[in-house]
Amino acid sequence: MTGILSLITFAPMIGVAAILALRAMSAGQDTAVVANRAKILALVTSLVTLALSVFLVSKFDAKDTGFQFVESVTWFSGATYRMGIDGISILFVLLTAFLLPICILASWESVTDRVLEYLAAFLLLETLVIGVFCALDLVLFYLFFEGGLVPMFLIIGIWGGKNRVYAAYKFFLYTLLGSVLMLAAILAMASIAKTTSIPDLMVFKFDPKVQILLWLAFFASFAVKMPMWPVHTWLPDAHVEAPTAGSVILAGILLKMGGYGFLRFLLPMFPQASVYFTPLVFAMSVIAIIYTSLVAFRQVDIKKLIAYSSVAHMGFVTMGIFSGNAQGVQGAIFQMLSHGVIAGALFLCVGVVYDRMHTREIAFYGGLANRMPWYAAVFLLFTMGNVGLPGTSGFVGEILTMTGTYHVSTWTALAATAGVILSAVYALSLYRRVMFGELVNPKLSAIQDLTVREVVIFAPLIASTLILGVRPGLIFNLTAASVDHLVGAYKAAVGG
Amino acid sequence: MEHIVTTLVFAPLVGALIAGLFGRRIGDIASQSVTTGLLLLTCGLSWMTFYQVIWGAWAGHATFTLAPFIQIGNFISNWSIRIDTLSAVMLVVVSSVSALVHIYSWGYMSDDPSRPRFFSYLSLFTFAMLMLVTAADFMQLFFGWEGVGLASYLLIGFWFKKPSASAAAIKAFVVNRVGDFGFALGIMTVFWMFGTIQFAELFPMIAAKAGTQWTFIGQSWSAVDLACGLLFIGAMGKSAQFFLHTWLPDAMEGPTPVSALIHAATMVTAGVYMVCLLSPMFEYAPVTKQIVTLIGAITALFAATVGLAQNDIKRVIAYSTCSQLGYMFFAAGVGAYQAAMFHLFTHAFFKALLFLGAGSVIHGMNHEQDMRKMGGLWKYLPVTYAVMVIGTLAITGFGIPGVELGFAGFYSKDAIIESAWAASGKNPIASFAFVVGLLAAGLTAFYSWRLAFMTFHGTAKWDSAHDDHAHDAGHGHDDHGHDDHDHAHKPHESPLVMLVPLIALAVGAIGAGYAFVENFVGEHRDEFWRGAIFNAPTNHVLEHAHHAPEWVVMAPLVVSMTGLAGAIYVYLMNEGMGLRVASRGGPLHTFFYNKWFFDELYEATFVRAARFLGDVFWKIGDQKIIDGFGPDGVAAVSASVGRRFSKAQSGYVYHYAFVMLLGVAGLLSYALWAWSH
Repeated sequence: MTGILSLITFAPMIGVAAILALRAMSAGQDTAVVANRAKILALVTSLVTLALSVFLVSKFDAKDTGFQFVESVTWFSGATYRMGIDGISILFVLLTAFLLPICILASWESVTDRVLEYLAAFLLLETLVIGVFCALDLVLFYLFFEGGLVPMFLIIGIWGGKNRVYAAYKFFLYTLLGSVLMLAAILAMASIAKTTSIPDLMVFKFDPKVQILLWLAFFASFAVKMPMWPVHTWLPDAHVEAPTAGSVILAGILLKMGGYGFLRFLLPMFPQASVYFTPLVFAMSVIAIIYTSLVAFRQVDIKKLIAYSSVAHMGFVTMGIFSGNAQGVQGAIFQMLSHGVIAGALFLCVGVVYDRMHTREIAFYGGLANRMPWYAAVFLLFTMGNVGLPGTSGFVGEILTMTGTYHVSTWTALAATAGVILSAVYALSLYRRVMFGELVNPKLSAIQDLTVREVVIFAPLIASTLILGVRPGLIFNLTAASVDHLVGAYKAAVGG
Repeated sequence: MEHIVTTLVFAPLVGALIAGLFGRRIGDIASQSVTTGLLLLTCGLSWMTFYQVIWGAWAGHATFTLAPFIQIGNFISNWSIRIDTLSAVMLVVVSSVSALVHIYSWGYMSDDPSRPRFFSYLSLFTFAMLMLVTAADFMQLFFGWEGVGLASYLLIGFWFKKPSASAAAIKAFVVNRVGDFGFALGIMTVFWMFGTIQFAELFPMIAAKAGTQWTFIGQSWSAVDLACGLLFIGAMGKSAQFFLHTWLPDAMEGPTPVSALIHAATMVTAGVYMVCLLSPMFEYAPVTKQIVTLIGAITALFAATVGLAQNDIKRVIAYSTCSQLGYMFFAAGVGAYQAAMFHLFTHAFFKALLFLGAGSVIHGMNHEQDMRKMGGLWKYLPVTYAVMVIGTLAITGFGIPGVELGFAGFYSKDAIIESAWAASGKNPIASFAFVVGLLAAGLTAFYSWRLAFMTFHGTAKWDSAHDDHAHDAGHGHDDHGHDDHDHAHKPHESPLVMLVPLIALAVGAIGAGYAFVENFVGEHRDEFWRGAIFNAPTNHVLEHAHHAPEWVVMAPLVVSMTGLAGAIYVYLMNEGMGLRVASRGGPLHTFFYNKWFFDELYEATFVRAARFLGDVFWKIGDQKIIDGFGPDGVAAVSASVGRRFSKAQSGYVYHYAFVMLLGVAGLLSYALWAWSH
């Protein structure tokens, strides 16, 4: 099985190559025809990648706590191309491969400008993101991690809305800050531990004082990605300007790179520092949950509202991770996965009406349930997932992260639980303003319900929201061994 | 047995899915038939289960584990069906009322264009409620708990075109979430205190923890009291108790069958059910029990006073429900869980009856809900009138103490009042509950008969309403599309499909107390409950209640007769007197009429604070402070650079990207070089 990770990681690049070849060959032909061919190429590529990922999961040994499918090739002096996955990273590979075909389908009709480049950017992004989750070497990780910004930056900057320049700039500025600090930390770690191998670094014992500095540097980078309060303000702008599929990827996968970083680097490599900073993380998490929920409540733009809601949901993730117990960490991983699906689906829901009306202003809508009953049902399901209704996947992560946190800090759990009230306030008031009431705006009088293509897009998202909500064990079975190992090592290291 | 109970729990879900997903394809009649048919199946199987568990071959407890839900370490929850007397009582209540409400809705909703959706929601609610009552651990309980909340939200907002309906739906959901905030914290507390969330594992461990301390938000608390107290906040939300009651009257925006099923007979009693289910915990939480008693007693009185002054027929009954739930809670609080469950059981029949009867009146009056525009209806709706009188006799607890013969409420309400008396010896809060219980019983009689008299007796006000407009009260169910607008103002009796459920419930309102009193609270209670409800060895409330002196036994009847006499005097003998008092607008009336100003208070505090803070965080926190000092600050510095770039139009993105990549590569090369040397 050696090599399968590289195959999955770089499979999308084959699609990129094919699209570039198509472009070269079909110069001067009807652009619509070419674009269509490119879409099919991209869709097939992403579906093949998904199939490979599912195959990977089927071959994965869930009882093994270590890294599997490891590949190791020495690059040049000291740097090694090292890949491998465990029960945590495999989920994110699967999530990425799952969302990509949906993104391509979602862009089928809404993107008309530079279609080939757009598709290539998405496939390139897929390679880089899967790479992040598979990389077992610091240098490799850094390359994928930072490289992933470039296509995302382009997607916002080229195919974005009116204020895309500002949004892309803000996104760039924040992430740059994080990257520079992380790079410095990587250099320091390499020079201290004399290795860039992540598995080796996970068992390397850094001096607690050094840990503090390294922790802060990594934290800066991952906190921006999550994003945590107060470095979250790039996200609403990025979402608002990004095309629908860009938002799906941003919420669904890019944010998760931050949480993954916490689990892969901060907890195992700097356990003492993690314990030391836990109160800080808890404080930032509950501020994120309450502050951004209240801000979400006041939004007038649907996408901005959902973006702020994402920040609040990521607060549960950071809180759960730093609870350092099985409930909290499992809950955090589950919450990331679930949020990837639900927030992605909510952005797709916005896309449905944006494609028809070209506005995201809440006040423009109202009474859509009258003409779009199926859309109303789908939007309701994901709204309920977003407020963490039991039976949807949104509930499992919330209750587990809160339970895990309770053991460490009842104050934090109390505040987070209060945040759950606020999520109902903003999510249901959004739903009411868009769906309920009379259909008064004459421009909406002919709006059509979901098309077949849209139903096909939503179907897998609906299924996973409900199935994971009722049987979350399907995920926990994959993650349990790795999380127990992580939590066990963490507790052993900090003597708790 | 496993197949039977699994079928009865999941049949409504199947119905809900068929009607919800395929309703428009298979048509209205098919959707209604499928959901109602499956509900009747559930109802039949529930009664069978009830019989078998208590007297038949399945005696005792059984828990069937269907599938794992959440399992992380000790945090183990399964999808399961727990069958014991307590859940069997609830199965019977829920499925019977639900089946009757399904049938009734054939008539009541006959002119609504969205019937498949309505029946789908009703069945979905029933499924969630059955999951709630058969839960064997806290996670499934919470699933059912919020599931019924979802169904309630959907049904209150069923007429989603009405702004008042969708506002009420959100209010119900959010206020319940406030309760669930406590509930969730309670579950977490239980988990870390006992290391399990399974009822069967938890209950035997409680006694050992009694008297120990537990640290929560920096304070040391009596452990079991804290856990029960937090869980009780959830019960307060769901059962609309004082402070968290404001959603229930607004919930009357939903169609009337919904009010009968969800907001009277079943969902709102879930809080009472939870406290009884957790009696093994509450018995070791003396302080929390006192709080439960106090909140219950205050609610019983508060809601009764508000009920006196309302003019909307459904709101009167809604406050009445709120008040009766208060009775159930103070019964549980003094340790008479059996009496609480008994009242829950009888209340389901007579309150569903009153609501569906009110629905019949509203239907007959073409959606008029204001009692001031009714009167003299008994001639036009004779069957409705008869069953409403039965319901009123039942809720006012009419019966003859000496020979122990009376309507359903007579047995259960007296059991509660006697229990409060029995507990009141050294317990001032129980004494308070006893006094308040009596007082509220008088008020209950007054407002219940007031409703009956204003609606059915006296002069007909609807003729005079004819000239104005019958819909001016704002209950414009416009989407209801009455086709009979020509003779809209002549009240008419409801069709048979609505009357049959009313008659069935009337039978329950008459006989449910007499038939079951010995089982729930009487001599056979131990064989009946079979340990499903726990009384601490020191808890002898029910025995003492049986030895209540004559005056305690007589008192409820006396006060309720007084209430009846008052209502006769004001609304029959001196018709118009009530309205004159109201129009004078005295301070007490204003206070009651405005529901003690709770909505205004919450609006002025919580709602405004949320809006204000949201704006401050957004416009000052995010935009001025974070962005101002962060990216925008940097941007201002490099503004000139930006202007130059913007001329290059889209090309700039590539530049940015290229520079970024170059920078990354450069840094990395340097890093590798530096390290390898």
